[in-house]
This record gives sequence, C-alpha cells and structure tokens, in this order.
Amino acid sequence: MTISQEDIKKIAHLARINISSDESILLEKKLTGIMELIDQMQKVDTDGVEPMSHALNISQPLRADQVTESDIRKKTMPLAPETQESLFIVPQVIE
Amino acid sequence: MLNLSLKQLSQQLREKAFSSEELTRFFLDRIKKHNDRLNAFITINEEESLSMAKKADITIANGNQSLFTGIPIAQKDIFCAEGWRTTCGSKMLENFVAPYNATVIQNFNDAGAINLGKTNMDEFAMGSSNETSYFGAVKNPWNLEYVPGGSSGGSASAVAARLAPAATGTDTGGSIRQPASLCGFTGLKPTYGLVSRYGMIAFASSLDQAGPMAPSAEDCAMMLNVMASHDIKDSTSLPHPKEDYMTSLGDSIDGLRIGIPKEFFGEGLDSEVQKIIEGAILEYQKMGAEIVDISLPNSELAIPVYYVIAPAEASSNLSRYDGVRYGYRTKEYDDLMDMYFKTRQEGFGDEVKRRILIGTYVLSAGYYDAYYLKAQKIRQLISNDFAQAFQKCDVIMGPSAPSAAFKAGEKKEDPLAMYLQDIYTISTNLAGLPAMSIPAGFTKDLPVGLQLIGNYFSEGHLLNVAHQFQLSTEWHRKIPKEID
Repeated sequence: MTISQEDIKKIAHLARINISSDESILLEKKLTGIMELIDQMQKVDTDGVEPMSHALNISQPLRADQVTESDIRKKTMPLAPETQESLFIVPQVIE
Repeated sequence: MLNLSLKQLSQQLREKAFSSEELTRFFLDRIKKHNDRLNAFITINEEESLSMAKKADITIANGNQSLFTGIPIAQKDIFCAEGWRTTCGSKMLENFVAPYNATVIQNFNDAGAINLGKTNMDEFAMGSSNETSYFGAVKNPWNLEYVPGGSSGGSASAVAARLAPAATGTDTGGSIRQPASLCGFTGLKPTYGLVSRYGMIAFASSLDQAGPMAPSAEDCAMMLNVMASHDIKDSTSLPHPKEDYMTSLGDSIDGLRIGIPKEFFGEGLDSEVQKIIEGAILEYQKMGAEIVDISLPNSELAIPVYYVIAPAEASSNLSRYDGVRYGYRTKEYDDLMDMYFKTRQEGFGDEVKRRILIGTYVLSAGYYDAYYLKAQKIRQLISNDFAQAFQKCDVIMGPSAPSAAFKAGEKKEDPLAMYLQDIYTISTNLAGLPAMSIPAGFTKDLPVGLQLIGNYFSEGHLLNVAHQFQLSTEWHRKIPKEID
C-alpha cells in the first residue's frame, strides 16, 4: 500500500494534526515503508480465526455506579491552559 | 550503598546501618554528579524525596517498617505521581503536574518507598533508543556514544549507572526488556493485567504493562510484590490472588524444559549475541535443564501486527491531547479547529505523529477489516503458537534484542530499522505473556541480555529460573567503568 500526499492530507485531517508541505513529503516515504511492512500480514490465511482483543479473554468486570472521588475540581482545573471559574475556555464554537 | 541488593538495603535500614535520609541523599548526589552526562532523569524533587525519607526513618524508628520502607526507587515519567511533574517525555505534558497517583506509585508509597525522581523516556513510550524524548536523548552508561534502548531508557541508564537501586518501567513491545538487555541488568514484563495501568499514561492499552527494572531477579521479585495488585480502577486488571514472588527463589531447576524457538536464531541476529545466548543456555544445561526444540511459526508477523495494533490504539488514546483540559496549547489560533491542529502539530514529536497517522489510517473507513481486524486474527495465531510451545516446555529462551547497543543517531531517521529492535520481544506483548531479560555476557564491552518467556502468571517460576542463573554468574553485578 502506497501512501500518497492525498492520503496524508486526509488522515492528518482526521487526526487533527497540521502537517506542513515539507513534512508531508518526508512522511510519504516513511509511512509507505511502514505500510509495506504491515502488508506482510496479507499473505496469511486467517479464515475462521477469531480476532483476539485481550490476552486472557476475560469479560469486562462490572461495579456499582457510586461516587468514589470527592470533588477534585480544585486539583484539576489549574491544569487547563485557560479557565474561567469551573469552565474550560475554548474559541467560540457556535455563532 | 552502591552495590547492595534491595533486600540488603532493607536489612541495613532495619539494622540502622544508615538512615533512609542518608541513603536517599547518597543516590540524589549520584544523580547530581552524573545526570548531566546521562540525562537519565527528567525531574528531581530533592525536597520531596528527602521529606519522604525522613518519614520512612520515623516509621523504622517505631519498628513499623515493611520490606520497602525507606528504599529509593526511580519512577518512569509515564506514571502519574501526585504533585510531581509527569511529562511522558513529551512537550505536550511539559508542565503537567499530576493531580493523583498511579496505582503503581500508590503501591510504592504505601510500602514506604521513596520516589527518587522521574526518569527520561521515549515520547509517549514510542521508541527503542530513547532518542524521541522531548527532553533529549539518554546515554548508555557503558559507552556514552551508544543508546540505552527504549522506551524505558532513563530508568535503564539510571539502574545501570546505579543512580538508583531500582526503577520502574513499562513494556508495550519490549520497552523494559530491550533496554535491560542493552544496559546489562534484569527487567521483567509481567503477564498483561497483573500490574494496574491506572495512572500510567496510555500508549497501546491492550499491550501496555508495567514492571520492575533492577540489577537482579531477586530485586525484581521484591519489586513485583509491591507492584502487582488487582485494581478496580483498571478494568483490564486481573483478579489474580496476591503472590509472594520471593518464596520460589530457592527452588531447584533440575529437569527444567527450556524451549528454544528456531525463529529467534535466524537472519538478523548478531553472531556475537548468538554465541553469548548459546553459552547462557549451556549454563542452564549444566544446572540440569533439558533443551527442547520448538517453533513459533507466526513470530515473524509480530512486527507487522504490532505496527497496526499499537498505532491504532495510540491514535485513539492520544486524541485526548487537544489543548483544552490539560497539557500544551498553541499560542495563536483563529478558531477551535485551528487550535486543535496547531496544538497537536507543535506538541507531538515526529515519531508520535507518524504513529498517530498510521493508526488513523488503519482505522479509517474502509480499512478496518483489512488492517485492524486482520492484525487481531494473526495476534490470535501468535498466541496459539505459544500455547502449543508451552505444552512441550516450561520456559522459552532466546535473545532479548538482535544486537548489543547501537550508536546514537544510527537508526534515528530509519523507523523500520528501529522497529526491528523489538523483533524478539513484541510477540509476548501480543500474547500477554510474562517475559524477562537478564544479563548474559558482553560483546565489545557492551552488555547482552538473555530473554526468558514464561506461561501466564508464571512470574514466580520465571524469576527463580533467572535467579538460579544469577547464583552462578556475575554478569548482573557488573558496573560500567565510566561511572565510578
């Protein structure tokens, strides 16, 4: 699978990362190399094989929906780049 | 204090041969002396470390100590530690001070250990040479022109140079074992789910696992006793009963069946490394072990499968870095989208961006079945290979890495060459199995590690197999000359 400039533009948009045109040219070769490595998978016959998502095939544990942490706002809000009282400030989204 | 094992440190603290404050200061002084050259630590907080040590001394004076009380441990900068800057090696988290403790950190705190500092690492644990860190490359104490391996390279450099008695690491595709091999000490990646991932900054959630990095298997056993715990805060943490990993350390290994996978000794393995590994296996035979030839036929697919699954999971995990709730935010932007795009362009390094892009690609519309689903199916085949092998043997042995340490800069611009560093380690992450690297010799004055792979939850047995080797060899006791 060859990665084109068009592909890079599309996936960079999906990933929300700005890629400069210089970077994009360098990326084309490197990403194509990685995809060629990945394409080695296609030679394997996996018909009838169940996909594995967890090593030990455990089921998701359930727990009671209870409050376990007290109000941690005072600890977490100062970590944000821009806040106002208990709100995160972002550029205007809705006109 | 430099060459004492964790057990000996514990004993001497209890006997008051020295205080925890003296011990902590001793290692802080070593860090001050050597860190400029090695760059093993990102953050030191002398005041906080010494304050923890003073509290430990009071506990010891009152006779209420546990085995770990007062012992300083270096923590990989991937673990959130309350009040400590926690960067994950990234500009994105350059000023992030964790508001809570990872369970691993909490377990060490509860055991009375001292946080000695946060160690350098490849950015978001993506790398095998510790050259992708935003905070600069880490040096290998055996030769400062060489890499320490990665991604737990700061912990590796710190342990090898004895800037810390022991350290924590995380291993997604080999990030504990490969640096342990390249820096000449013992590292263990436990069974997936044995150690909680809560508060451990996520890279690839189905593969990430924390483990100990220390000179000997005995040290690692003592650390795993603290690190392993069932944790309801991590839904993938396993309800495995608490074990004491020290108790099996005296068992005989007479009759041990060692599986040797032919795929681990093929093309790409350095011939000097091969000789050292064969020599180590011969040592086991002298101790009464039997050799069984095995095959892991799908292991050559481990790297392709990993470079689908790990980037896919990373692209999802790293979407949280948006410049809104915490972390870096770009300075100038026109609107919300522009803020996201520039924040992530400036906050992430090249290797992290590459992996996010690959992950986004393989998960994008129309490609899911061809890549992610296909990779998960082959992952099952790789896991099946191990299950079959363990019907014939008790432990699998081979090299931890295809070569000894390589020169800084040598593979930095060639991701594919870098990815091959993990060719022998990745398959166990995919299968979720426990595996170790232990020092087995030197080539051109650089250490070489022997890899030991065990069945699920066989950490106690695996640690004893390593311990028996270390009772009759001295490789794990060697300290680099450059660092006095």
